[in-house]
Amino acid sequence: MNEQMKMTYKAHPLSFVMKLLVWICAAATVGVFLMLVGYVLVRGVPYLSTSLFSLHGTTDNVSILPSIINTLKMVGIALLIAAPLGICCAIYLVEYAKKGSKFVKAIRLTTQTLSGIPSIIYGIFGSMFFVTALKWRLSLLSGACTLAIMVLPVIITSAEEALKSVDDSYREGSFGLGAGKLRTVFRVVLPSAVSGILSGVILAIGRIVGETAALVFTAGALTKIAGLKDSGATLAVHMYNLSNEGLHMNEAAAAAVVLLITVMLLNAFASFAAKRIKKTSGEI
Amino acid sequence: MQAVFLVCACISILCVAVICIYMFAKGCPAIAKIGVAEFLGGKDWFPTNSQPSFGIFPMIVGSMYVTAGAIMIGVPVGLLTAVFLAKFCPKRLYKFVLPAVNLLAGIPSIVYGFFGMIVVVPFVRSVFGGTGNSIITASFILGIMILPTVIGMSESALNAVPSQYYEGALALGATHERSVMRVVLPAAKSGVCAAIVLAIGRAVGETMAVVMIAGNQARLPHQLTQGVRTLTANIIMEMGYATGLHYDALLGTGVVLFVFILMLNLLLSAVTSKKER
Repeated sequence: MNEQMKMTYKAHPLSFVMKLLVWICAAATVGVFLMLVGYVLVRGVPYLSTSLFSLHGTTDNVSILPSIINTLKMVGIALLIAAPLGICCAIYLVEYAKKGSKFVKAIRLTTQTLSGIPSIIYGIFGSMFFVTALKWRLSLLSGACTLAIMVLPVIITSAEEALKSVDDSYREGSFGLGAGKLRTVFRVVLPSAVSGILSGVILAIGRIVGETAALVFTAGALTKIAGLKDSGATLAVHMYNLSNEGLHMNEAAAAAVVLLITVMLLNAFASFAAKRIKKTSGEI
Repeated sequence: MQAVFLVCACISILCVAVICIYMFAKGCPAIAKIGVAEFLGGKDWFPTNSQPSFGIFPMIVGSMYVTAGAIMIGVPVGLLTAVFLAKFCPKRLYKFVLPAVNLLAGIPSIVYGFFGMIVVVPFVRSVFGGTGNSIITASFILGIMILPTVIGMSESALNAVPSQYYEGALALGATHERSVMRVVLPAAKSGVCAAIVLAIGRAVGETMAVVMIAGNQARLPHQLTQGVRTLTANIIMEMGYATGLHYDALLGTGVVLFVFILMLNLLLSAVTSKKER
């Protein structure tokens, strides 16, 4: 701190207190994050054993491998439903819709509403609609459909942002060369927006991997590798069961490590992809 | 092809409509069967007694307590962190703080709950007494969970304030801190309000983390060290085995939660549309 700043803070002690407070709060935020990751890693890493990854889960080895495979399936199915719908919705909003029309406003409002609904409500809805009304019972399919609705707003908003960030000169150039609207969208606009869309999809994967409350009553808690129509627990649900029973806290900690690392890697990928659009759109 | 895009665009409207219809069509009759006053105002939740009573008032109060606690912890810390990121942070440090905040947003709630179980619960038990599964613990973890929401929205609101405001305040002789706190922050008020509303929604709707650490006793708490059960916890704990009127009562609990979230959403769009004007 130089002399002048010292003088300033002497004259305005409150300003100095404020500065301290701001720094302390920022340090607290980062500190809490580091503590959380640190504790989970320290508690869980020692228990990452090979028996935890055996293909056949029993109540003794409480293997997490079947639930990891279920998680991958869940991600696949949910994205297969949500990604095309969400991206097409974004294409309509950016390329076709009249800006500021009532219909667009309604889509905005409902998307916002969807992103605000808590996962437990999705769980109840899924268990009433997919499980009971459509008679899909507790299955990966019911769970995946529920999750697809849940991640829809994430995909729509990020795809919309990505499409908006594509410079209009691209579209004009494409039209000038004689391409139609559809060709322009698919051959010019989408390829240049792909990393932004990808970042949204990766964020959606992160949400799916970490989701529990919406799945307990839609996909069930059976710890075996499940088919489309079978009940199967994802890793997060499996971990919830383990820590809920209280008998396998160490294994739950190990599962927490796997979850945490997966989600952190996914987030890192997402922000990497998001950074790439900034770079490419900056070059234009 | 435009028609295909149009149909896809309708999907979010369709989803919200179907969810609303299902929730209200199934949940409202349940509430009516029990009686609105008895359901919302009843203090006893004994769903499996021979003379069952379904009063969710303790759960409503529980949700309010933990949410209020989370706001009291999360909003000041989050807001000042946002101020830090927007106006105080050296560029080199920014590269580390921002990813940390983003990752906080990505961590699954079940991991937060687990962290609460192994770290915060024993800590609260030794410092404040009681079992450790308490309002304090739940508020603390929820406070951490809403941090990224508060920080993200407040920071972009702060950055959206024209720099002339800040420069003008400096030119009038205010210190850096005073300019930021008394000029820039008030100018970003509506964005900050939106952030708080969003954070309340997050805290009220959080399920897994809360059910693991809040104790889940369905009675009115008298002390901060006592456990509470929130609306969300009530659903997730009993939905698995509930039948008949008990199941309906849980649906009713869901409807109460849903209505609350919808009201928060309306409030949010009111706040943000005011900002746009």
